Amino acid sequence: MSLTVILFYVMAFITITSALFVAYSGNLVRSIFMFFITLFGLAGLYVFALADFVAITQIVIYVGGILVLILFAFMLSGRETLDRLKQQSAGFIGFNDWPSLLLAVLFFVVLVNVILKATPDALAWTHIAATVGNVISNTDTTTSNIGINLMTRYLLPFEAISILLLMVLVGAAHLARKEGTE
Amino acid sequence: MITLTDFLLISAVLFCIGLYIVISKSNAIQVLIGIELILNAAILNLVAFGRYDKLNNNGQTFAIFAIVLAAATTAVALAIILNVYRRYKTIEPDKIDQLKN
Repeated sequence: MSLTVILFYVMAFITITSALFVAYSGNLVRSIFMFFITLFGLAGLYVFALADFVAITQIVIYVGGILVLILFAFMLSGRETLDRLKQQSAGFIGFNDWPSLLLAVLFFVVLVNVILKATPDALAWTHIAATVGNVISNTDTTTSNIGINLMTRYLLPFEAISILLLMVLVGAAHLARKEGTE
Repeated sequence: MITLTDFLLISAVLFCIGLYIVISKSNAIQVLIGIELILNAAILNLVAFGRYDKLNNNGQTFAIFAIVLAAATTAVALAIILNVYRRYKTIEPDKIDQLKN
């Protein structure tokens, strides 16, 4: 067991435990801040998959953008939610949660079966990539290559997403505006 | 050596936790967090397989696209949640049943 593998498992443990806490906690504020930790752990996992640019993007967009948005929506959605949350007991999985828990566990069993049957470590195309030398190694810098690919090979999805972002900007501003009192 | 199976199993766990949150929680913001967890599980898969494409960066590029799409989705969803709160004074999806009767 090298240090990398141990660090990987520690990161995976942090991610999964905090995600479980998000599911377990009845307190909305606590689950939002635990989600923060889950996102950081996921960024660490991306680093172990040798995708450092995606990891930084994850931290900048998710932690810096989405989480702040969620916190704002939580605070703007009023006093009653806050009061009701205090009464709600964090803890025991209520009777109503059992069907969803059962569904999630069954789905997990199915997923694990599929993954183990598919044997992702013995896939043909990954072995071909390994023999051709098309695998990212620890010492490569991938960021410049991603930039070049974004501007050449993936230009169409890039432009489509930029237009979509513009539409989202206009649409979200229109939706969130105060209506009525003109 | 970290194998692909490890990444896939971790992402399966995250997906199922997200599924549980989406189904069981009664608060729209928590449902949104569950959807984000599911999206993150998918992005983890993309990134894990993207390691085997050094020239074209297929996986990583589409992971970035997926992150941007998730951000756009969240912005619109939160605007909708705020609007729903303004109109119904609650953000529980179960209690918004005006069309039911």
